[in-house]
Amino acid sequence: MELNQKIRSFIESQLVVFEDEAKFEDDDNIFEMGFVNSLFAMQLLEYIESEFSVTVDNDDLDIKNFSTVNNISALVNRKVG
Amino acid sequence: MSHILDLTQEERQAQIVAGAERFAEEQIGPRAREFDEAGVLADDLIQDMAARGYLTANLPTEYGGLGLDPVYYGLFQQAIGKADCATRTLITVHSALCGESLLRWGNEEQKELWLPRMAKGESLAAFALSEPNVGTDAKSVETCYRKVGDTYVLNGNKKWISFGDKADLFVVIAGNDQGQVSAFLVERDFPGVTTRPLKGMLAGRATHIAMIEFDNVEVPVANLVGKEGGGFKYVVSTALDHGRYSIAWAGVSIAQEAVDHMVSYARQRKQFGKRLAEFQLIKGLIADATTETHAARALCLKAGEMRKNKAQDAVMETTMAKYFASKVAMKVATDCVQVHGGNGCISDYPAERLFREAKMLEIIEGTSQIQQEIISGYALRKYSKACKR
Repeated sequence: MELNQKIRSFIESQLVVFEDEAKFEDDDNIFEMGFVNSLFAMQLLEYIESEFSVTVDNDDLDIKNFSTVNNISALVNRKVG
Repeated sequence: MSHILDLTQEERQAQIVAGAERFAEEQIGPRAREFDEAGVLADDLIQDMAARGYLTANLPTEYGGLGLDPVYYGLFQQAIGKADCATRTLITVHSALCGESLLRWGNEEQKELWLPRMAKGESLAAFALSEPNVGTDAKSVETCYRKVGDTYVLNGNKKWISFGDKADLFVVIAGNDQGQVSAFLVERDFPGVTTRPLKGMLAGRATHIAMIEFDNVEVPVANLVGKEGGGFKYVVSTALDHGRYSIAWAGVSIAQEAVDHMVSYARQRKQFGKRLAEFQLIKGLIADATTETHAARALCLKAGEMRKNKAQDAVMETTMAKYFASKVAMKVATDCVQVHGGNGCISDYPAERLFREAKMLEIIEGTSQIQQEIISGYALRKYSKACKR
């Protein structure tokens, strides 16, 4: 599965709104759209670390790195690369 | 020494938990009432626990911990919590909330400085999140900070901070005027930090619950935990996730202790010339209490296994375990009081203390109602047939 699609699937599995309300593009800020609950950031971190076998360091913790599908994808590519 | 090295990880951890069970039964349980009535958790007990590595049993051995995995750490907390809720609260706050947050988000310098001290009991840590106006809506903290040169200056008040009146290290959550929420390590002896114990508590009377005031407290930049702006999303989320896991086991421990007392009393107490345990309605209470306690423990063990394996839904399973086990603790403790009758309403028997302590579990680390919100959100997505293509 393409990286963006993989990340998108995970995000969609965690949304707290109904599918027809949860439309977002790969550049949309998922935190600002209110689609996720307070546990999401941590679940996302754990997903990234376990799914891609990388360690997210303190230096990576800029919320921008996790705010959109494209940004998460870029972070994973940096960590894996 | 060599025989210890020969043990498998499982055997080593099982031995630690078995030792903790003995210690709790012999050294903690008999003092639980004394702690509750005096409103003090004894220093000699804290130091004794530190010497055994119990204060940070969950942390890696390189930092002075015992290296228990989530399952054994849960069983360890069950042992301590069964003996005394206040002592278990110390474990929750010190090792689960603060220890795990520092381990995950602290930098190497912070970890090397504080974690060994916390393990040895040289420093006790408390997690300062709740405020007079901020409970469940934790990201709206009013305690504020601003950066001035090489320091952050903190102002504000925290409330309901367990061990706030005893700890000498606080993980403090505060926000700035940019809407960022950050976490800081604040030492008790920083100028401008004052604490005031909260009296008249329903429960947690020996947990040194306090108000903490920060009046222009200057905190070195080096004491920022994680990145600026990551205080809520990462540090608080991590802390509360570990806190919920700890409270889930606290629920099992109170429920099991209540079952033990309920059964013991029902076997010994006679009315109408018969033991209470011979009456079918009492048997019904015992059967339900036992079944529900076993179910709560099974859910906690499942959550523990998932945490150990870093399973994707471990956070949700933990949330469910916390919600369910705290509810079971309340119900079983209530029935324990009921079986004791009048004797359940006086501190001569442990039933009333268990009843009071159980209620707290439905409030702390996220109320039962906020857990229901989160669990229902998960269920509405996961179990919808329309979503399962």
